[in-house]
Amino acid sequence: MSAREIEPPDGASLGRRLRERRLDAAPAALNLLERRVPEADGSHTPSGADALLAEVSPSVLGGEAPAHVIGLTGPPGAGKSTLLSALVAEWRRRGRTVAVLAVDPSSKRSGGSLLGDRARITHDPADGGVLIRSTAAGGRLGGLAPPTRAAAQALAAAFEVVVVETVGVGQSETDVDDVADTVVVVVQPGSGDTLQFLKAGIMEVPDVLVVTKADLERPAMRARRDLEAALRSLGSASTPVLAVSAVPPAAGIEELADALEARRSRLDLPAVRARARRMTALAEFAAEHGERGLRAAGGRRAAERALEEATRDTDSPALAALLERRAGIVPGATAGAR
Amino acid sequence: MAEHRLPEPDPPWVMRTYAGHSTARESNALYRGNLAKGQTGLSVAFDLPTQTGYDPDDELARGEVGKVGVSIAHKGDMHTLMDGIPLDRMNTSMTINATAAWLLALYLTVAEDNGIDHGLLAGTTQNDIIKEFLSRGTYAFPPGPSMRLIADTIAYTVDEVPKWNPINICSYHLQEAGATPTQEIAFSLAAAEAVLDEVRARVPERTFPRVFGRMSFFVNAGIRFVEEHAKLRALSRLWEEIGRERYGVEDPKFLRLRYGVQVNSLGLTEAQPENNVIRIVLEALAVTLGRDARARAIQLPAWNEALGLPRPWDQQWSLRIQQILAYETDLLEYPDVFEGSKVVEALVGELAEAARAEMTVVAEHGGAVEAVDYMKTQLVESHRARMAAIEAGERKVVGQNVFTTAEPSPLQTGEDGGIMTVDPAVEHGSVEAVRAWRSGRDQPAVDSALERLAAAARDESQNMMPPTVAAAAAGATTGEWAATLRDVFGEYRAPTGVAGAAAAPEDEALAVLRERVDRVSEALGRRIKILVGKPGLDGHSNGAEQIAVRARDAGMDVLYEGIRLTPQRIAQAAVQEGVHVVGLSILSGSHGELIPAVLSELAEAGADVPVVVGGIIPPDDERALLEAGVDRVYTSKDFEISRIMGDLVDLVADHHDVIAEAALTAPPSA
Repeated sequence: MSAREIEPPDGASLGRRLRERRLDAAPAALNLLERRVPEADGSHTPSGADALLAEVSPSVLGGEAPAHVIGLTGPPGAGKSTLLSALVAEWRRRGRTVAVLAVDPSSKRSGGSLLGDRARITHDPADGGVLIRSTAAGGRLGGLAPPTRAAAQALAAAFEVVVVETVGVGQSETDVDDVADTVVVVVQPGSGDTLQFLKAGIMEVPDVLVVTKADLERPAMRARRDLEAALRSLGSASTPVLAVSAVPPAAGIEELADALEARRSRLDLPAVRARARRMTALAEFAAEHGERGLRAAGGRRAAERALEEATRDTDSPALAALLERRAGIVPGATAGAR
Repeated sequence: MAEHRLPEPDPPWVMRTYAGHSTARESNALYRGNLAKGQTGLSVAFDLPTQTGYDPDDELARGEVGKVGVSIAHKGDMHTLMDGIPLDRMNTSMTINATAAWLLALYLTVAEDNGIDHGLLAGTTQNDIIKEFLSRGTYAFPPGPSMRLIADTIAYTVDEVPKWNPINICSYHLQEAGATPTQEIAFSLAAAEAVLDEVRARVPERTFPRVFGRMSFFVNAGIRFVEEHAKLRALSRLWEEIGRERYGVEDPKFLRLRYGVQVNSLGLTEAQPENNVIRIVLEALAVTLGRDARARAIQLPAWNEALGLPRPWDQQWSLRIQQILAYETDLLEYPDVFEGSKVVEALVGELAEAARAEMTVVAEHGGAVEAVDYMKTQLVESHRARMAAIEAGERKVVGQNVFTTAEPSPLQTGEDGGIMTVDPAVEHGSVEAVRAWRSGRDQPAVDSALERLAAAARDESQNMMPPTVAAAAAGATTGEWAATLRDVFGEYRAPTGVAGAAAAPEDEALAVLRERVDRVSEALGRRIKILVGKPGLDGHSNGAEQIAVRARDAGMDVLYEGIRLTPQRIAQAAVQEGVHVVGLSILSGSHGELIPAVLSELAEAGADVPVVVGGIIPPDDERALLEAGVDRVYTSKDFEISRIMGDLVDLVADHHDVIAEAALTAPPSA
């Protein structure tokens, strides 16, 4: 029997296929991006992954990948999966291809996890235009593991909408903000957490707020009013707050899809994506070399500034290499650091 | 007059056998045979497409038609099923839930066509949807509309079919899903309250005590038969308490707990299956011995249910157990034999108290409907603890984990291997038959009947039963009725309960397993990812859930999507998610059709993954599956889940050729 995953798949050809919008290359590309094995040069990202990301970088694409990368987050039970089911159906109706990266926080001490989101997202298995991939948060409670960031970048070259779905507000919201063009926070009526987080400044103001379960008319209207008031007091009155009901009879889904499209058309994509690549490089570097590596690079702030000085379309592996040089880390010298 | 004897022996309970397979015609012959053997009631087993509201020619029905019960697609089938059986003198129990209103309507139509007054009809529709979400999995609509449909049937029958039991609240399936006696009592009573609250809003106040009196229960009895008897007495005590205190019912006739029973199937073993007869007898005692908590109706499983479908002879053997208990023993000659027993009284007190506490927790979640997630998680956890106790030998199962040295069983040496198999041609015949039915009926009449049904479904103030009966009479099919309501109410997937299950206790075996998982994962570069899937309509998900939970505890990433997946959906998930191994579970006997279908979908999707299968799979079928490309087959004799986990890790390692490299690059740290 051949060694299927041990021989590095050809990252460059997978990247090229994604660039050509061949969606069937996506699962193998994700398998590659998720791999963490000690390489000959001592790093833990397979060289194939770097080659893949290079193939979908702006310099090769001739610009930023035109997808809309949407971060969808909110507390457990807010109705994210139900909302996503309705949104996926709406996007498909509009002819958009959709990839969903569902990040599950349920990782246990064993290292294992039960990935339950796929079951909750209604989709047609015969439809090749939808991809759903579940990943464990990998020890970062509510946050994003480095491979998820790379996956969002790679899929943006092939799909028209890429959704990164995470649970919770707090760390995950910050992490999602790093990778997404647009952050949508989902709130259910009657739970005041999001409102409190906003007021206390624990949570940054999201790009779009969605109040679910609008079939519960009065509580949903009240939640919407409270959020709008809080946003006004924070000086962010332009952030849209939409009320939706994703259960039949569905309501507000088309409006939400419209609002997302309107926002996407106003984005300064090169700036947003350059930031995403810088944050991915930093996360990758921190995962690989830890706090000690960060100190050697002059600290987190200095590292961020150094990344900002690089040209905007530099891909994230190259940015990570820049940080390694800055920290004086010679590839191959840090085998085993994780 | 001696107080320790009854002036007249009690009449026996209603004796039934849960039966039905293939077509209405074959099942009708089976019923007539059973009645000739002295059975006094009928218990109709429907196939999964009928139970979940799909016609035999639906994509989802593939492989399931006529398998675990009879296929009933329209009133013509119901006519055939009941042909020659006097409905005015019969007591018919139907194991039907999501589509209960529909099957009842078909039954009423047949009675009507035969000139039998609905007031004479006696029987039961199971109609308990909450336990379908928790255990059995044959739901069709979301919780809210499902509860309304149940309330509508009850509100309709209480006046129109007054001798009918419109609902059987089931604790039976909760025990099959792992419930402790306390959970069985608490969760089923909470479900009954949820139903009663829903109906109370839909009937006049003066009718309500009669509604309470028509509620009945369907319970389970396990092998710990003293405690099981106490459980029924506790249930009876709490039921009366609820009637008086929560609903203000005063008439003792309405307050009395009425229940039917099927004794435990969960405890029946594949190893030394003849021992199951002894288990069944003891469990039957639990529900007959004490007069104050004796079952109104009993059906006993057959000795070979862990092997496959029972044959008529196997069911006859179980009927004989009932007949010997009722007619040969002196059981029915005495008042309650446990009255005054300190042990029984203390056990009852203990169970009632614990159940009240658990009911409070369910109430705090907002009642049974809102607490489905909570209850499901509790059941998965109880079942996990039960399995672990058997695996560790703390809970003894004769022939399975103790006293395993045995002679070969002569019961299994016949040509049929000791089980019944359904002819795969049945499905094709049913597909043709339903198409012929559709082309031969008054289509405009059917269309307008279904339109009226949809209108009633959209209007909460209407009862859906009258338009359902009209649609049945017009010749609509099971699939059409359910599709009409699915259009209005939407589709639904119940919670799987696995995410919240507690981790297995840390022991050495688990630590060793976890280290192997880690080592192979390191060599693969990704954590081992497994897809646990249930193809087809079978909703018995306990086995799949236990595998999923243990795989997580062993350190794998587990993708579990719940029940009712098409082969295509499983293949799509396997590819998109990049899993290393696929585990499939089927208990409905449709593995012969569905597993090869999954294999070919996987091949078509370009997935190259090992596949293992678990279920009730006879040896001949096991060989066929292995030849078709399945890597391992597990049946209920493989109760050591740790060993199955070890197999899975080895399969993945072999498939990717990683063992040697794993040892080189990532030596075990311990």
